Amino acid sequence: MTATLPRVDTAPAAAVKRRRRSLGWVAVVPLLAFTAVAFGLPAWAVLDGAFTVKSTGAYSTANLTASWQGAYLTALLGSVKLSAVSAALATLLGLPLAQAVVTSRHRALREAVLTASGVLANFGGVPLAFAFVATLGNAGVLTRHLGLTDKGWDLYSFWGLVVVYLYFLIPLMVLTITPALEGLRVQWREAAQNNGATTAQYWLHVALPVLLPTLLGGFVLLFGSAFAAYATAAAIVGSSVPLITLQIADALSGNVLVGQENVALALSLDMVLVAGLVMAVYLPLQRRSARWLA
Amino acid sequence: MARLNLWRWGVFGLAGLYFLVPLAASVVFTVDVPGQGLTVDAYTQIVGTGGFGSSLLLSLELALATIAVVLLLMVPAMVALRLGAPKLRPVVEVVCSLPLVVPPIAFVAGIVTVLKWGPEHLSRTPLFQTFVAIQNPDFPVVLVLAYVVMALPFVYRALDAGLRAIDVPTLVEAARSCGASWPQALVQAVLPNLRGALLNASFLTLALVLGEFTVAQLLGFRPFAVWIVNVSGSQAQLSVAVSVMSLLVTWLLLLVLAGFGGRSRTTSRG
Repeated sequence: MTATLPRVDTAPAAAVKRRRRSLGWVAVVPLLAFTAVAFGLPAWAVLDGAFTVKSTGAYSTANLTASWQGAYLTALLGSVKLSAVSAALATLLGLPLAQAVVTSRHRALREAVLTASGVLANFGGVPLAFAFVATLGNAGVLTRHLGLTDKGWDLYSFWGLVVVYLYFLIPLMVLTITPALEGLRVQWREAAQNNGATTAQYWLHVALPVLLPTLLGGFVLLFGSAFAAYATAAAIVGSSVPLITLQIADALSGNVLVGQENVALALSLDMVLVAGLVMAVYLPLQRRSARWLA
Repeated sequence: MARLNLWRWGVFGLAGLYFLVPLAASVVFTVDVPGQGLTVDAYTQIVGTGGFGSSLLLSLELALATIAVVLLLMVPAMVALRLGAPKLRPVVEVVCSLPLVVPPIAFVAGIVTVLKWGPEHLSRTPLFQTFVAIQNPDFPVVLVLAYVVMALPFVYRALDAGLRAIDVPTLVEAARSCGASWPQALVQAVLPNLRGALLNASFLTLALVLGEFTVAQLLGFRPFAVWIVNVSGSQAQLSVAVSVMSLLVTWLLLLVLAGFGGRSRTTSRG
């Protein structure tokens, strides 16, 4: 906004500017110093430890190699599979729900669903896990009344976890996709209809191509969220489903072979790499989808 | 149109079923105990159970400390970025987004390693006392440090949205022309206009700290979420009752907040 004002290049103005700039530094430096200690030190510890062999103290890639083998590899793949399946399901189920929310004429309902989604997507964790144990666990209410155990149901399994994860992933998808659905112009649908397109054709050739970057970005975000989840899984399955977060927790609690103490850090580094990859895919997709929504 | 409406209510119905049944079933689970019939014992026992008061108190203290620290760090920095130093803006944005790339479990693995440096390398230096002090189980400062880092993305987004709605340079210039000092301008001119954003950031941080399990459990401390899991082994009904209560309280807080500050959306989990 200073650009619209007539610029007078006098000494006092320059001094004010300089003072403001130094003020900016003074205010930002505590934040940067804090994160350097509270975040930088642990991050460095993970990086350093992942490449150090505990017994000799020498740098090597032995820990990383170990984290890609045996039980650790199984856990890593288990996490990837669980996250991919639940994220894909949440994407498929979240889209119709978001569409129903966006096209609803009841403002209060829309606000309620979106607010509830914000809550569910972010704050599940332990209480959520226990709600599902009470509902679908071995002694759960639905399990007992519907005799689900005889029908082969088991909450403490891969598909059990998927059902629980959907509880926070679907709301996250609704939040991610709603702005994109709101950006679909009525004119596009009308134009398609005027040209004789059916509803199916409109969705296939107009709406989905526009939504694709958002859908993919949402999927990736959901994947990252499911991949990082620990509290829910720990409270429900203990260690009956192999997951990388559970392996790290196990290793941190001292349940590892001698000489492999730093494998937990190598596994953590693997997770950071996956999360970084998720962000590297998500951010360009988000920019791409913003093109149509402007 | 009728077909469309039918379709929409079908979707809402199924979603409602999926999202409400676990909550309803949890309530049934806590009051309908097999062999005892209907009872509200699970709820009346909560307060008397060992550790409930102390763990909840610890969580609330941690939450208050985290909110104070994160706001003291972030508010001056974000306001100053609006006034000048545009080159720093992307730096702060990246710093505040970094915790999203490091999952809590990886973060806590790093913290555990750093805390081990104390006894391993620093036992003869004054720093060792600091290491001991921040791990005091009565008030683990190390948890506050971790929670502040984990809250950064939420707080950044909340404050950024609030600051976007007001014209900070004009406000500050007006206050300064009226003779206010810098701190006065910040506290009496800028902060009142940020009330909604500050409230938003505080509640999000509160919800984060009250529900946090990963870091606290793996560092061996016992705030509220860890207590719920510990107690679940022996008293299933009680742990579900506490879970239901804590979910409802968190949602109530956040719904009240959403009513205050309009629609607030957060799209990522810590």
